Amino acid sequence: MLEHYLSLFVKAVFVENILLAFFLGMCSFLAVSKKVETAIGLGIAVTFVMTITTPVNWAVNEYLLKDGALAWAGLPDVDLSFLEFITFIATIAAMVQLVEMIVDKFSPKLYAALGIFLPLIAVNCAILGASLFMVERSYTFGESIVFGFGSGIGWFLAIVAMGAIRYKLRYSNVPDGLKGLGITMLVTGLMSMAFMLFSGIQL
Amino acid sequence: MKVLEKVFDKYRSDFEKGGKYEKYYPLFEMMDTILLWTNERTHSGPHVRDALDLKRFMMMVIVALLPATLFGMYNVGYQHFHAIGIGASIGEMFSYGFWAMLPLIIVSYAVGGTWEVLFSIVRKHEVNEGFLVTGLLFPLILPPTMPLGQAAVAISFGVVIGKEVFGGTGMNLLNPALTARAFVFFAYPGKISGDKVWTAFDAAKEKLVDGFSGATPLLSASSTPQGASAVEQLHKSGFDFMQMFYGFIPGSIGETSTLAILIGALILIITGVGSWRIMVAVFAGGYATAALFNALAGPASTGMFTLPPYYHLVMGGFAFGAIFMATDPVSASQTNTGKWIYGFLIGALAIMIRTVNPAYPEGMMLAILFMNIFSPLIDYYVVKANIKRRLSRA
Repeated sequence: MLEHYLSLFVKAVFVENILLAFFLGMCSFLAVSKKVETAIGLGIAVTFVMTITTPVNWAVNEYLLKDGALAWAGLPDVDLSFLEFITFIATIAAMVQLVEMIVDKFSPKLYAALGIFLPLIAVNCAILGASLFMVERSYTFGESIVFGFGSGIGWFLAIVAMGAIRYKLRYSNVPDGLKGLGITMLVTGLMSMAFMLFSGIQL
Repeated sequence: MKVLEKVFDKYRSDFEKGGKYEKYYPLFEMMDTILLWTNERTHSGPHVRDALDLKRFMMMVIVALLPATLFGMYNVGYQHFHAIGIGASIGEMFSYGFWAMLPLIIVSYAVGGTWEVLFSIVRKHEVNEGFLVTGLLFPLILPPTMPLGQAAVAISFGVVIGKEVFGGTGMNLLNPALTARAFVFFAYPGKISGDKVWTAFDAAKEKLVDGFSGATPLLSASSTPQGASAVEQLHKSGFDFMQMFYGFIPGSIGETSTLAILIGALILIITGVGSWRIMVAVFAGGYATAALFNALAGPASTGMFTLPPYYHLVMGGFAFGAIFMATDPVSASQTNTGKWIYGFLIGALAIMIRTVNPAYPEGMMLAILFMNIFSPLIDYYVVKANIKRRLSRA
């Protein structure tokens, strides 16, 4: 069992990195990767939220949305899966608010460090993506926790590496037209080419 | 030399600021400094008196590449005559390989050089000798049958996207030659993988001997059946350790002979051009990881698990990558501690990919690119740890 979870984790981090293999969560990746410190802050926040929302969305999907999920309420014929997107987004936004309040109450220091990133996460498509993949691949509850955490760590790894790369690129002489986002996009492409190293590993 | 100097001095004013060919100054400067010594002096401190500038530095790498290049040419011929079953003298083998490889080198230099000069004229920076190294490294990591057009597209990608968009020599993120090869690998997989591409021969005129496979040692080792020994599989395909060490095996042109590469490594280490830390770390990482997989090998694991560590180090592109690619001073880690980490992880990842990733028989190229991506991060933390340590001392 542990072995299965471990291989799912490795797969989520390296083989199917949510950012560099599926290109999800690009907007905050491009916007907040200028410095390593802020990249780490956002990376931790995303990992944290992803680890919570994926299992919560699993429960929502399992007991409310899926075809026949409402059997416990005496409605075995109802299929609410068309509400998937909006419910997941609502769950994510609600969880982010909750996390924000809890962090603010119990660890003001971490709250100050995460700052603007927490609310930003509500619109990070990698988090919605993780929930949708979870449904598509019909993971169990345990798997959804590991998958959410693994995807978060994969995203974290990519954005922190990007932060360090952009720190190094300060010394580069990039052509005017490519400065800023242009070169960052190119670097993202090159990074995902390097991440092809792991594609094909069977776990 | 005096004559050349006079010629250059005569036209110098035309190319300098205000002259009629001002635009082409980078070209003039390139020819001038390749043929003659530069007269430029630094105007402010710090002054270092050393004959080794960027140009000589890069030329040293070319010198270190020569043994592998020459042996590669010979081996292309050796594999060719071996495949068609005709005996030939060393001279014939060498000249066959020479003529097979020359077009690749010319295309690589001409196409890559054109981009380099174009960028230097438009962006007004100097033409750098870094390209002389990239232009030779690239053909050395291609199979001898590589179509020239595809090689040209790939080197364009390597030079432009891998280097020039970042501002040229010294500012790139990935090794340009490896970027070009990765481009070929993903864009034209049929031309750079499998067992048909490693031996140059003309299908229209020549006939292969019966039972000829053409597979590289790595490929035949990775086809070892479950639970069997990879070494036995290699012997069955006709490879033994010393043969792989000397390099009489099919493979990319420059990568086959570990011996020739080690001679190059010696030159790089003695002249201080290549980092011995990275080289040692890559080999250590590869050795340790292969030993770990040996220990893990069981009846259910694939044959690659049983391949002894020292076999791994002489097969495929491991040695070539460790000596010439991983040590690229621009894309590698800059700090000494960082170099150990960077090198060790390259070796470990390369062996891991060979053993557990069925998609690629060889993992060296992508392992180096992968660590190129993470080398800035390693440096960042090594520097930070250093600052912290020093602060705590104060």
